[in-house]
This record gives sequence, C-alpha cells and structure tokens, in this order.
Amino acid sequence: MIELRDIHRTFKMGDDLVHALTGVSLKILRGDYVSIMGPSGSGKSTLLNLLGCLDRSDSGIYLFEGRDVSSLSDTELSSLRQNRIGFVFQFFHLISRLTAAENIELPMIFAGIDRKERRDRIMEGLNSVGLAHRAKHRPEQLSGGERQKIAIARAIAMRPSILLADEPTGNLDSKSGREIIDLLESMNQNGLTLVIVTHDSLIGSRATRKVKISDGKIVSIL
Amino acid sequence: MKLFDSLHFAFSSVSGHKLRTFLSVLGVTIGVASVIMLTSLGEGARLYVMDEFAQLGSTLIIVLPGKSETTGGLPVFGRAPNDLTIEDARAIAQGVRGARMVAPLAIASMQAATIEKKRDCIVVGTTNEFTHIRALELYGGRFLPKGDIARDFRVCVLGSTIKQELFGNRNALGENIQIGGSKYRVIGVVASSGTSIGGNIDEMVFIPVSGLLRMLNSSGLFRIFVEIERHDEIDAVSKKVIALIKKRHNNVEDITIFTQGAVLSTFDKILSILTYALGGIAAISLTVAGVGIMNVMLVSVSERTSEIGLLKALGATRFQIMKVFILEAGMLSAFGGLIGLLFGVAAANLLRHFYPTFPAEPPQWAVIAAVFVSVGVGLLFGILPARRASRLDPIAALSRR
Ligand SMILES: Nc1ncnc2c1ncn2[C@@H]1O[C@H](COP(=O)(O)OP(=O)(O)O)[C@@H](O)[C@H]1O
Ligand SMILES: [Mg+2]
Repeated sequence: MIELRDIHRTFKMGDDLVHALTGVSLKILRGDYVSIMGPSGSGKSTLLNLLGCLDRSDSGIYLFEGRDVSSLSDTELSSLRQNRIGFVFQFFHLISRLTAAENIELPMIFAGIDRKERRDRIMEGLNSVGLAHRAKHRPEQLSGGERQKIAIARAIAMRPSILLADEPTGNLDSKSGREIIDLLESMNQNGLTLVIVTHDSLIGSRATRKVKISDGKIVSIL
Repeated sequence: MKLFDSLHFAFSSVSGHKLRTFLSVLGVTIGVASVIMLTSLGEGARLYVMDEFAQLGSTLIIVLPGKSETTGGLPVFGRAPNDLTIEDARAIAQGVRGARMVAPLAIASMQAATIEKKRDCIVVGTTNEFTHIRALELYGGRFLPKGDIARDFRVCVLGSTIKQELFGNRNALGENIQIGGSKYRVIGVVASSGTSIGGNIDEMVFIPVSGLLRMLNSSGLFRIFVEIERHDEIDAVSKKVIALIKKRHNNVEDITIFTQGAVLSTFDKILSILTYALGGIAAISLTVAGVGIMNVMLVSVSERTSEIGLLKALGATRFQIMKVFILEAGMLSAFGGLIGLLFGVAAANLLRHFYPTFPAEPPQWAVIAAVFVSVGVGLLFGILPARRASRLDPIAALSRR
C-alpha cells in the first residue's frame, strides 16, 4: 500500500544542511506491522512525518495506495491525512480544554461528519479502548496511559487504513506502555496497518517487520 | 466542516480562556459603548436644539430690510435700502393671502427707570400679534393692546428680569416707568422663559411699535414677523410678500425673507455632522479594540501552536484553520459589541431619566454601525493571526509538547 523509493530529506539549520534521510526505500503492505528503530536523531520521526504526508521529500518517489504523493496539492494531502492516516504522538496532543469525547470527535468535526454519526463513533472508539466511563473527563483528569488511549481512539475515529505512532510509549511507565502496545497490536490484528517508531528494542522486536535506521539510512529490514 | 461546528469549536476556545476573552471583549465593549453614548449625546443635542427652534414656529416668515447678497445666511447689507415701514407691515397683513398674523418689530437699547431704579434694557416695539407669534406666556396682566398699528398707546410689558430689577417682589402692574423720556404704564409681565435661542425675553421691555419709532425718530422697522396659515405655503407666501413690498418700494427688491425652515435645516445639518464626528471619534476606540483583539489572537496562536499542528495532522485544511481563528476573533468582538450596545443604551436611558428635557438617544445608524463595525473589526483583525495559524509548519508545531 505504501512504497518509498530513494527518498531524500534535507533540513537547513542556519548555514548547515542536515541530511535527515538519505536514500530511503521501503515497502509497507496492507495489514503490516512495522517497527522503526534507531538512535536519537537518526531520522525516524522525519520518516514517519513523510509517511504521514505531514512533510514532503526533496527527492524520491512516494506512492500511497498507488498515488504519487508529490503530485498532490496541500488540500489533497489534508484529505489523505483526514481519511487514510491516523497519528499517535509521544506527547498525546490532546486539547486540554476539551473532554475525552470531544477530543475523539475533533477529526470528525473537521471532516464534516454529522452529529449523530459522530456520537456513535465516539462511543465505539471509547469502548474499543475501554474508557467509556471517562468520556466527560478532561485530559488533566486522566492518567498518561488513559490519555494515550484517548489519542488512539481519536486516531482511528476516521477509520484510517494506516496508523503511524511516533514513540507512543515514550512518555509512559512500562505497564501503561504495554497496554498501549497491546491495544495497537489488537487493532493491527483487525486489519489496520501499523507503523511504530520506538527506541525500545523490546517493543520494536514484536513487529512483524523491523526496520533499523541510522544516520538517515535504512541499515536493515528484518 | 459545518458552520455550527466551526462556531462551537471557536467558542470552546473563547470560553476556555476566560481572562484573555474578558480583556479583548472589554476593549470592544468600551469602543461600542462610547460610540453609542457619544452619538446619543450628539443626537440629543440636535433634537434639543431642533425642538427649541420648532418652538419659534415653522410657519414663521421673517422680513428683513435690505437685500441679502448671499442666500441662506443672515443678510449682508449693500446699498442703503428703503426703510421697512409700519405701512409695509399693514399692507402685508391686508394684502397677502395666507398671512395669518403680522407683527412689526423695532428694537432699541434704552433705559427704563422707576423713581428709585433704572436699568438698561432692550426695548422691543411691536404689536399684540407678537405675543401669539412668539407664543409668549404672561406672568401677569396682559400684552400690548390690539388695535391700529399706528396708535401710540403709552403702555409697556416687562420681561421678568427687568420687572424683578425695577420692582423687586412688588406688584408692577399699573405702575408707571420712564422709557426714553416718556412715561409708560406697566400692563403686563412676561413669564420667565429663560434664555432661548431667539434672544432673552426676560431682558426685554415691550412697547407699541409706533411709540418706539417716534422716540427713535425713524420709520425703519427692524423686522416684520409674518405668521402664515400653513407650513407648506411658506414659499408661496414668501414670494407674495416679496412681490408686494417690491411694488411698494418703487419696484426695487430690497428686502430679505428669512424662514425658520432654512435656519432649521442648517442647524440640523451642522448638528448631524457633529453627531457623525462624535461617532467617528468613538469609532477610533473600536480600531484600538481591534488591535487588542489581534494581540490576543496572536498570543492565542502562539500558545496553541501544538493544537494547530494537531489539527493539521488530523486533516484540517489551511482554510479551515483560518476559518476557526477568524470566527474566534469575530466572536470576541461580537460579544464585546453586544455588551457595549447594552451599556451604551443603558447609559443613554439613564441620562434621559435624569435630564428628561435632553433627548439623548442613540441614532439608529449608530447602533447598526457600531454592531457591524465591531464584528467587522474582529474579523478584519483576526485575519493576520488566522493566517499565521494556518501557515504553521505542522511538524515544528507538533514537535513541541
Ligand atoms: N524541522 C527541522 N529542522 C532542522 N532539522 C531537523 C528538523 N527536523 C529534524 N531535523 C534534524 O534531522 C535529524 C533527524 O531528526 P528526527 O527525524 O527527528 O530524528 P529521530 O526522530 O530519529 O530522533 C536530526 O538531526 C534533527 O536535528
Ligand atoms: Mg523522533
């Protein structure tokens, strides 16, 4: 479903050029469970942002479900993120003034889904992460693990085909981290394509395909 | 994205930041309230003045000797014109249809004296008709007697200040006073009317016009007041008066007609402009309020960088992000505008309550403009912050916690 061919991404830092990705090629199949591991600064997040169409590569080819992403307009990319891609972040990025349910509702609001459908999907999402009783709670009233679960419910509200998680357990204790991984894996078993960036080798080794990256290059795919 | 949802989302931010919202709303509130209050004052002043003028009568034609060089304003005298005489006044009364009442007016500054006291005063020579034309109220006695204009009755009517200064609290009716060396019997006292725009009646002494002209040794009147039957005949009657006097003055048009309507509309214009100017000055404070909103929104954008990044990751387009931020700014200003409107109208009502004679009321255009401008200001000053928000790089925005 995803194919990267010889992707380069370079950032300007003042007068210096930072080569974050130098010739990355990767295929991800529908239903895959991929982990991306590597030391800090190796380009993991950059790669994930590219996969999520939040960023564009400087050169190379990116095919998402057969479409060449580099030829899409900003609005088309927005639509792709909205409907096909779910994000989970290390710092959850829940909006603190909104309740758990409202946070889950957010992507559906911007997608123009009607009220009733939204309510159904919120309930569905809350149930699938086991937090129906936390619907009216605000993020600061939730534990870290609960916050990440709400963030996952939000990420799947639009029924994406791929879920991209950047260090989803990086800010959690090991027990909560486990729960999150279990949750993500169960979703993968239901057909959701899953890509997890981590530098926890224990977590990374659970994936069916393990990508190791260093200095902007893929060093191994197992 | 549905409009209601956009509004709801914007509202969640507005209501989630109470202090920030309060401060930006306050600016707009003050701006709109001051527009409403200042235009109320301006409008009140206009209505007050117009009312004062209306009391002078809008069916009044004033005939002045001399041809005015300019139209509209008071006449500038060129060549010495023919005197406007008592006979002219009589001719108008008898010969112009539509003229209901005619009062000749001569005027002089003279001394009025009792045995003990004397005082300079304005002596107005006129006839009985004057009291009707100017709607004078008498405190006691009666006004100048009716009858032939030319008759030289030695009677006078005192303005209230003059009466008070010459007689104190004593009864003045029936007493004699000296005016310009002639003896006059007081037959009436005018009720105190305060200063009005037509001049201070309280400082005047009224005597028959023929007597004053005799003392002045002149035949020239200061004015002729013509009260007409119907307001809409004012132009027609004016023309007849001009034609008649021209005929009487050897075919020279040497008078000027001055109608209340012209003065009224001039004053109306001036005072309306005053109101607009006040509104405009107050509107500057609305602009300041707009800058305040812009500041608040810029702070909001930089505080919510990660939220904006998130929205982008969730698939919000630039346009949608602009929309919610502009709506948020518009909401702040609309809210402030509404509160300001309430305050402004309440203040005007309060003013009317304590000063019932001063009709302070915001003109409709000011109310409508204040509301629209306040919302417009919010939307306009929301554009810059909203653009900034919509152009944030989502990756940089998300990398912050
Ligand atoms: N927006 C950016 N501007 C400049 N340099 C960046 C930017 N994003 C990432 N980099 C650089 O690119 C390299 C890879 O970063 P990143 O993908 O975040 O690494 P990782 O997620 O593996 O820790 C790093 O050297 C980082 O400093
Ligand atoms: Mg990273």
